[in-house]
Amino acid sequence: MGQIKKVVLDVLKPHKPTILEMASSLSDEDHKCTVNIKVAEVDEHTETLVVTLSGKNIDLEKISAKIAELGGSIHSIDEVEVSLGS
Amino acid sequence: MFSQLRILLHITRSHGIIRRYFVVNGFDGALTMLGLCMGFYFTDQVQISVVIHACVGAAIALGMSGVSSAYISESAEKKKELLELEQAMIGSLEESHYGRAVRWVPIVIAFVNGAAPFLISVLIIIPLWLHDWRPDLVTLPLESAIVCAFVLVFLLGMFLGRISETFWLWSGIKTLLIALITALLIFLVSHF
Repeated sequence: MGQIKKVVLDVLKPHKPTILEMASSLSDEDHKCTVNIKVAEVDEHTETLVVTLSGKNIDLEKISAKIAELGGSIHSIDEVEVSLGS
Repeated sequence: MFSQLRILLHITRSHGIIRRYFVVNGFDGALTMLGLCMGFYFTDQVQISVVIHACVGAAIALGMSGVSSAYISESAEKKKELLELEQAMIGSLEESHYGRAVRWVPIVIAFVNGAAPFLISVLIIIPLWLHDWRPDLVTLPLESAIVCAFVLVFLLGMFLGRISETFWLWSGIKTLLIALITALLIFLVSHF
């Protein structure tokens, strides 16, 4: 089965935790991946983020669960890069 | 468990509320005990055991009032905040930190709100207990309890000064002045 090398997510989350805290939490969840978060839009109660995860074998299920635990929700997967596992 | 609690308090921005409740209700406890002790001080021939029972009763009532009122109001507030956030997120947040915060943060706030006046009252009652246990340990129990109340009010003021990053002594003196005015009012009411 292919391994996810990169994935770009469209995420909606409340203002707290901050993107710094969210990036640290996601990175703690999957030590193998690099997390990049860009704020796309800020509303009264929420923020829309573009979360880019890159690494050797990203565990998307774990990452999704962590985002949900932090109060966020994944609206869409905008980009994905998969390679065959060795 | 404590790190989880810290996260819940952080995302709901509850540190400030807890600090505020601690000072407000702690101040309530100190002034109530000051009022009781001053009242008994101006009443001649009152047994210390009677004073202790009255003060302990008031301390328990303040504690219970603090716990119940804070729990009811904070629980309603947090549920309202969650509902607003869920509407903005267009989805349930029950299983997230926010959902857990609605269940746990009101309990923590209620505990602090009840514990602050209770513990401060207990500290003020200590000289009365010591006198009741061994009269030679504290020879002037009511006077000692009143001084204790003034000291605690001053310390609460100092704490407020540290939070607001103003001069601690001035902040302590301000709260001490309020306690002195309270004492003066009790004195005037007792004598006229």
